[in-house]
Formats: sequence, C-alpha cells, structure tokens
Amino acid sequence: MSTETGTGSTTGTTSTVEATIARRRSEGGGALIGYLPVGFPTLTESIDAAVALAQNGVDVIELGLPYTDPVMDGPVIQAATQQALANGFRLRHGIEAVAAITAQVNVPVLVMTYWNPIMQYGVDRFADDLLAAGGAGLITPDLIPDDAAAWVGASTRTGLDRVFLAAPSSSDARLRQAVDASRGFVYAASTMGITGARGDVDSAARVLVDRLRAVGSTSACVGLGISTPEQVREILAYADGAIVGSALVKALSDGGVPALAVLTRDLAASARDLRPAV
Amino acid sequence: MSTSLRTEAGPYFGDFGGRFVPESLVAALDELTDEYALARQDPAFAAELMELHRSYTGRPSIITEVPRFAAHAGGARIILKREDLNHTGSHKINNVLGQALLTKRIGKSRVIAETGAGQHGVAAATAAALFGLDCVVYMGEVDTERQALNVARMRLLGAEVVPVKTGSRTLKDAINDAMRDWVTNVETTNYIFGTVAGPHPFPAMVRDFQKIIGEEARQQVLDLTGRLPDAVTACVGGGSNAMGIFHAFLDDPEVALVGYEAGGDGAETLRHAATITKGRPGILHGARSFLLQDEDGQTVESHSISAGLDYPGVGPEHAWLASIGRATYLPVTDDEAMSALRLLSRTEGIIPAIESAHALAGTLDLGKQLGPDATILVNLSGRGDKDMETAGRYFDLLDKGAEQS
Repeated sequence: MSTETGTGSTTGTTSTVEATIARRRSEGGGALIGYLPVGFPTLTESIDAAVALAQNGVDVIELGLPYTDPVMDGPVIQAATQQALANGFRLRHGIEAVAAITAQVNVPVLVMTYWNPIMQYGVDRFADDLLAAGGAGLITPDLIPDDAAAWVGASTRTGLDRVFLAAPSSSDARLRQAVDASRGFVYAASTMGITGARGDVDSAARVLVDRLRAVGSTSACVGLGISTPEQVREILAYADGAIVGSALVKALSDGGVPALAVLTRDLAASARDLRPAV
Repeated sequence: MSTSLRTEAGPYFGDFGGRFVPESLVAALDELTDEYALARQDPAFAAELMELHRSYTGRPSIITEVPRFAAHAGGARIILKREDLNHTGSHKINNVLGQALLTKRIGKSRVIAETGAGQHGVAAATAAALFGLDCVVYMGEVDTERQALNVARMRLLGAEVVPVKTGSRTLKDAINDAMRDWVTNVETTNYIFGTVAGPHPFPAMVRDFQKIIGEEARQQVLDLTGRLPDAVTACVGGGSNAMGIFHAFLDDPEVALVGYEAGGDGAETLRHAATITKGRPGILHGARSFLLQDEDGQTVESHSISAGLDYPGVGPEHAWLASIGRATYLPVTDDEAMSALRLLSRTEGIIPAIESAHALAGTLDLGKQLGPDATILVNLSGRGDKDMETAGRYFDLLDKGAEQS
C-alpha cells in the first residue's frame, strides 16, 4: 500500500505506521497503539504478549526498552521495567524482541526508549540493527527535536520513523517543530504528567490535537492516562490514534497474556466503532 | 589572546549540557530561562538577593586559616571558606534564595526540591517558609534514614518530605520523582534544583547563584595573603559548591582547581561515586555529562558514606572543565574523608560535613605535593551536625545507651 517515491529500498517510502493509522482513520475509526515493555515479566513472555497485542487488534506496537531512570513513567510501568532490569534486560534483547515479534505478526513495531541507552549503543548502529530486525522506528520521550540532530540523520538515512512528543504546554512554534520533525505520528501528551491510568482524560488533549491540526499534523495520536474502551472512543472522535500503556501492563501483570488479550480486544473494538456504547 | 572561561551561559559547555527532557518540561524551562535572564539584568533583584545574603544568610562568609590542620598537610597554608557558617549550615542556601526569589517573580506558589544529604532540602524548606510557599522535598528512602535529623528539620519548617522508594532510593531517584512531580504540576510549581546539573538553565543558573563563594573568597585570600592561592579545592557530587568557589578563579591560570569526588570503598572498586574519574559521557537528568553507567547506558548506582556526594552524575560545566584540563578531579575514599573529618575537628575545633571532609582529605595530599610555600583555599561547604549519627557509628563514639536513645 505504500507509495514508493524514494530511490532506495527504504528511504523515501511512506511510513508504514502512518499508512496504518491513515487506513484506520479512512475506515471510520482510528488506530489503537499498545505499549508493553520488553523483558516483562520475562523476555519470552514479553514477546508473546506483544504478539497477543497484534493478534487481538492493536494496530501499532509500542515496545518499551527498560531504563533505570524513566522520568516520564508512572508507578505501573516503573515497576515492570525495574523488574525487567532486575531480570537482566540488555539492549540487544530489545532488538531480538523486535525481530521475534515482526517474524510472527504483520503489525509495525515502534520502540519507545529514553535516549542515553541509544547514545551508548551508537545512534547509527542502533538504527541499522532496528531496521534489520524489522522495527519501524523510535518514540523518544526525553529527546526533543532541538537536541536530536544525530537521530534525525540516522532515521532519515534508514527510513525509520521518529515520533516526537507534543505537550499541552508546548508553544505553537514547538508544536510545528514536533510535527515537522516527526514521521509516523506525533505523540500528543493528553495531560501534563506521566504515564498511568486516569479516571478522565484531560480536555487538554482535544485542544492539543486541534492545535496540532492547525500547524499541519495529519497523524496525531494521544497518549498518557488512557485505559478504557470508553476513553479510546472519546479520544478517537478527534485524534488519529489512541495509545494505551499502563492498563495493558497491569492486565499482563495481573492476569498474564489471557487477560491482556481480553482487554486488547475490548479496546480494539471501540477503536473500530466510534459510536458511543449504549 | 586567551578568552574568558567565566562567560559560559549554556545550554552547552563544550560537548556537555543541553536539554534531554520530556517536551512537557520545555515550556517551564524556557520560562525559567527567560525570567532568569530578566532577573539578572534587574538591579532590584540583585539588591533583594544581596540583602537576604547579608541579613538572613550571614554573608559574606568568613575565611579561617587552619595552621594546626595544615601541619598535617606538609606545612602548606590552608584557608577554609566557611560556607558551613551560613544559615541552614551549608552553601545550598545561596542558590535556594536566588531560585525562591525567581519563583516569586514567576508567580508560582509551590516549590519542589530533591535532596541527598538533606542540606538542599532544608535550605529549600527554609526559603519556602520565609516566602510563604508550599514545599515538597523528594528524598531517597536510604537518605531519609541516614540523614534523619535533616528530615525532622524540613518537617519542622513546614515542608512535606516524600521518601522515594524506587531504584537505588538515593538522590538520583529523588531527582526522577521530583521531575515527575514537575511534569505533572508545572503550572503551579517551580522546581528548585539543588546543583549545577540538570537541563538548561539549571547548570548555569545554579552556578551563578553560587559563584558568590569564590568571588568573596578570592578577595578575602588576596587581603589576607597578598596573592592568589596556588590551589582551590572542593568536594564534587553534582558540583555546586565546587563550581561556586572555582568560578571566580577560572581565568587565573596560575591557580590550580581540584575537585574531590567520593571514592567510596575505592575508585578501583565497584562501590564509589567518582563520576569524572571513572565514568564516561552520557545523559542523566536532562544533561549530557560524565556518568556512571554500564555498557548499555543504564545508570549504575553510586556509593558513598556521604549522602550529598552519592550521585552517579556530575554537572556539565565540570565535565567541560575536566575535558579542557582547566580543573582536575580526584577520588577520595570514605575512610580518607572520615579521617580528615576527625582531624579538622580535633586540630581546629571545626566539625565539617562528611561531603566537605572529602575536600579536606584531598587537600592533605595536595599540600604535601605542593610543599610549605603553597597556599590552598578549601571550600568548607557544610557543617557536620547532620552527620553525627554516621560519625558516631563510624568512630564508635556512641555508648550503647546513646545508640538506643
């Protein structure tokens, strides 16, 4: 389905992530993006869990790399990634997990990672290895476009997606910068805060998406605090995708892959059908 | 034609510094940067801060020559800059008053702070009490135990102290939680950061609020001895007291600048906090600097008997000064620091903080190298009252009854 416009085999193609989101949108719903960390509860189970996300209706997988100092993460994801680190998570496991997941399911996998691990691995080396593993790109919660020259270069060269964040507090100029620098989608932070389920998603999310549209975004996905099918439906009334994280991690933690699959199906059902539940 | 090293304003110091933060914080950091730039140009801001320094903190802090201590350092002249005599007991108040005044200018009503030894937390709680601000201090659970006295001080001052139970449960994790709080509450809250690390503008701003230490001391030493010191020394955790005393001397190439890092059990062991000595460049808490990390870029837990130096990162300006060779950074072990703590106490009647004792221990060696004609200025960044329990246990000074009470 991708439009070949470039000269290389990867560079210049339309982002698969962006195309997937656009297709869901054109079908009258929106994309469901599901987050899980690599290595939780074990490396093998995390791969199975990510495959289950795809098999039960997630459109894009956001695979988190555990990191010692995750300042954007709330208690649920912190606990999961701390356990993964305690179990001996290594960066190469992240690449291995991407390869194992993309070998089994045909859903694009974005890696969510804090920046220091990538810097230490080598930005170009990581980009090459991620591409070879079948990964789609990176979501970078603590890398802003201002300091991202090396990653913009590597992702342009490899054709990988780069997802930057937009916040309710961002100026219009910064929103424009995030939209221009991003490829795949722009991650709209629903609220000022960190990851974790919230009772109601801030009305700031709708305002932020409107502001992103005004500076040219055609692919804006909302994350932070989204945990229920109702919230997914509410978000997709105006956004292109809804990102669910902590709720999936909690389901996996409490009830294993079966519980994860049930929640994923419910979330995906409401992403396909935006009519309010009766 | 040499250029000044004193004009660096960030966001980068050479290859070090920057802003590796969530987008949600950028607006607040920009606001802080802009307000600080305005405040710097505003004589009323400077006057208000100077008046607080004079009538509240007790500045200028004195210098004290310590000949009985110096006799153990090869006979070099040793002069202490007495930041331990400041209100609240350390240099931390210099920075906190500046940032609290800035908080008022910005119009926010709540401040948060991280703390390791508790000195920055106590200073922040003090300033919050003085200015009528709500104050929440994040402190690693391990540190709340080893610095229990400072927890009590902060609570007495009206601050809420949150023990941080994640990760290594020390300063690094307290900063993570403070950043999470700030991301969530940035509309009402200002983050009073305690050291010259973190994202821009903190490294340059905190240094500017601390550089009064060196500006005073440089003149005081000139007045006392008629010349500049041969070396200026300080302990380095995040590095605020060291930047504070180094800065005035950066353009005096004849003055050696030596920072002493926490060597813990020994920099050759796995249990230390000698970031520049043993680390390599990486990102922590929003800045690129030296960092204790594993091959994958995961932050490694640091170890030091001193809570205030128990930090796996260091301010980017120090990383830059090390990289260009303008300052030297050396490790000092727990044992060397504790022995210097006891030596200063017994020879001069001054009980230093364990943090500052690292600078004293390093200076004992440096004095022997430089010889009896040398003059060394040491930043005595804090007093040891908070450390009596640790010192009591270390030196076995407490009888059983005292230990139990």
